[in-house]
Amino acid sequence: MTRAPRASWPRALWPRALWQKVPWQSALVGLVVLGGWEFVTRVLHVEEYILPAPDQVASTLVRRWHDTLASATWVTFKEIVLGFALSLVGGLGLGCALHFSAAARRALYPWLIGSQTIPIVVIAPILAIVFGYGITPKLILVGLICFFPVVVGTLDGLASVDPRLIAMMRTLHGGRLAIFARVEFPAALPSMFTGLRLAAAYAATGAVFGEYSGAADGLGHVMRQGVPQLQSALVFAAIVLLTAMSVAVFALVGAAERLLVPWHRPSAPRTADAGRTHVGRSEPATVYSSQEGTSR
Amino acid sequence: MLPLGPGIELVNVRRGFGDTIALAGVDLLVEPGRRVGIVGPSGCGKSTLLSIVCGLDEPDIGHVDVHGRVDAAGRLAHCAWMPQQDLLLPWRSVLANARIPLENQGLSRPEASRQVWPLLARFGLAEFADHRPAALSGGMRQRVSFLRTLAAGKPVLLLDEPFGALDSITRADLQDWLRSTLTDEPRTVLLVTHDVEEALLLCDRVAVMSARPGRILETFDVAPAANITSGATRRARLADPNFVALRDAVLASLERARDPALAAATHDEPAWSNSAWSNSASDGSGARDGAAAPEPTR
Repeated sequence: MTRAPRASWPRALWPRALWQKVPWQSALVGLVVLGGWEFVTRVLHVEEYILPAPDQVASTLVRRWHDTLASATWVTFKEIVLGFALSLVGGLGLGCALHFSAAARRALYPWLIGSQTIPIVVIAPILAIVFGYGITPKLILVGLICFFPVVVGTLDGLASVDPRLIAMMRTLHGGRLAIFARVEFPAALPSMFTGLRLAAAYAATGAVFGEYSGAADGLGHVMRQGVPQLQSALVFAAIVLLTAMSVAVFALVGAAERLLVPWHRPSAPRTADAGRTHVGRSEPATVYSSQEGTSR
Repeated sequence: MLPLGPGIELVNVRRGFGDTIALAGVDLLVEPGRRVGIVGPSGCGKSTLLSIVCGLDEPDIGHVDVHGRVDAAGRLAHCAWMPQQDLLLPWRSVLANARIPLENQGLSRPEASRQVWPLLARFGLAEFADHRPAALSGGMRQRVSFLRTLAAGKPVLLLDEPFGALDSITRADLQDWLRSTLTDEPRTVLLVTHDVEEALLLCDRVAVMSARPGRILETFDVAPAANITSGATRRARLADPNFVALRDAVLASLERARDPALAAATHDEPAWSNSAWSNSASDGSGARDGAAAPEPTR
């Protein structure tokens, strides 16, 4: 028998698409903005402490890497990754638990939404007072920000599984756990990843808020120190590093999604009529489940 | 071969959803190993009927017996259900989709694959075993879906417009294919379809259901009346005068079924019945609260 070609792991993790995905137009925009910025600061002789030129930012990044930026980046990296991992595990776990228990959903969901109304700016210094300058308050902040999209993505994904798929499983000897493991969880993965991508984008914000309110090291700490000392180039260098780190985490989540949810890629091979009876999503609820009410 | 057991028996099955009465007293008997087709206007409650037989739904009133079991869990244990949508899991390969019922019964993946492999080969799907459903044509996906249904190893097969989403050429192929598959591997079959020819080609008996509220108006025995030998080709069978006459009779019955006034006239309301059942279809909710109710609450 012939075997269909499969994407190998490293290829899925580091796709050629990473280059192809960044459209040249966006690279061009970046170059034009940087060029214009460089040009303006040089022609108008803008002082470095007011607005550093891109080349000054770059040289500061290199010069201050060893004494300041390397350790700061490492500290912030740990906060982002650990905080993200915590909210990933906790968010998926809680999302699944809430899906299984209506009572837990009724008890906890309002509090979950309530937690999102806490102003981070206000709570960050309080956490610093309670937990000190260490990593704990930053993890709490990153978790607080990232947790919510993951839980909601998970819960939403699990709740919006096509009821006909569940009915199908029930007629094929499928028990509650089999339905969860073989249908609900995989079907909810795209929605979970939507939550995870949002969380990845927010994680850096949480870490920097935490560091701004009190820290011994970290990119937020470098910015906090740099602004009153008029070390604008250093602040910009920290921003560049933070952005790069955020994009990397985001890309990593994207790579994990390509690896785990390959069927959901819009570029997945399809035959001409594949979309017609494609399960779920795009179709309106069918006569079978909605009007005649077999899903109970 | 599977032991086919006592078949399906429905007595006065009623089911409503809010103000809508989907089924208003359905009686049906399917002997073991027989194939019964149900045709009727769309929205007449055919699918509701199947999900009740299946144990996915319960009737409000009435008796449902599948393979000697009347409880929903027992019916579910003996019924395999195949809807119009293939409902294949897009993240699983053809092989992995086909072995789901075996995995659900606790078999390991390799063992489940080993057991389902002969079926794949017999259905001409072996070379597509590693393909994802999205890479297959509609007809092939429906064959995988049917294979998966068979792999559940249940004596009763409920087919809900199984080929409704396919083009007519593919549908004809699959009808012939299903017929020969069911000849090799007999099951007690309840086939819901809007295609009279399909019902006549595949079934021993065809029941015509009325427009909502659904009930069975007439049944036609296929094999004796049309004298159809299973060996005849599709074209020969479609051209057979007995077949044509039977098809016309079913179509005429279906036309009567579509007209609610005619359908009501031919139907005798059971003596015990709450007259609100017949009123509610025509004049809405008011009748239910008024004098028509048999036991006023005051």
